[in-house]
Amino acid sequence: MNGLESREQVRLLREIQELEFAAVEWNLFLDTHPENREALEAYNATVARLNEKKRAYEAAYGPLVHFGASASAYPWRWIEDPWPWEIDY
Amino acid sequence: MWLYEKKLQYPVRVSKPDVRMAGYLITQYGGPDGELSAALRYLNQRYTMPTGRAKGVLTDIGTEELAHLEIIATMVYKLLRGVPPEELRRVDLGPHYAQHDNALFLNDANGVPWTAAYIQATGDPIADLHEDLAAEQKARATYEHLIRLTDDPDLKDGLRFLREREVVHFQRFGELLDHVHGYMTSKKLF
Repeated sequence: MNGLESREQVRLLREIQELEFAAVEWNLFLDTHPENREALEAYNATVARLNEKKRAYEAAYGPLVHFGASASAYPWRWIEDPWPWEIDY
Repeated sequence: MWLYEKKLQYPVRVSKPDVRMAGYLITQYGGPDGELSAALRYLNQRYTMPTGRAKGVLTDIGTEELAHLEIIATMVYKLLRGVPPEELRRVDLGPHYAQHDNALFLNDANGVPWTAAYIQATGDPIADLHEDLAAEQKARATYEHLIRLTDDPDLKDGLRFLREREVVHFQRFGELLDHVHGYMTSKKLF
């Protein structure tokens, strides 16, 4: 067991995974139903909630995305362990 | 351009190390109906798709398959964590250890390395989408086999998630096939 992750980190990650799952589902549905207003509204509402959770996660555990998508505190936090495959849920 | 998000799409849990199961699961990493085949098949077929909708579906499903590749890798990583070489040898994974130690490698459950011959791009959107529909069904069937091969409830949970995604992708590809068919027919009329 890696043990570097805290239970709070895992809890936040799972909330992000749940919201992002909804986002992926609405996204794929919209790809083949681009004029479905209800789906579009659900997608946009999910985006807002997901961004809020991601900002909270990144403030505590560092950037979720590299290459300019998120800023980092000092020192450069992108390289911090644990990496996704090392986390015990 | 792609961005990496430092998280799994779905939480991966395993109850205990299981070398034998890792050896079976690896087929969804580097096997014919695995996630690498899926991701590269779709992302490579994008360039000859005729409509924005078709390019979007292939981009998005191809990208999701990369997230599934990482889920499979994580399952194998966790199933092999802390396992000594003699244990690998005991379940006939000695050849894998000789070449790769506990590292992951892109091969199927029989040790056959991944090859581009697993995938096709005909340049014909209708033919390619039929291949994609078949690929999703083959992946679904493989996940059902894998679910039957393990009694680990945590591992089954992750495999069920992946199986369900194949069903959703099949649905979206079916809708896309209808759309592309309509588009090709209308193009012939005008």
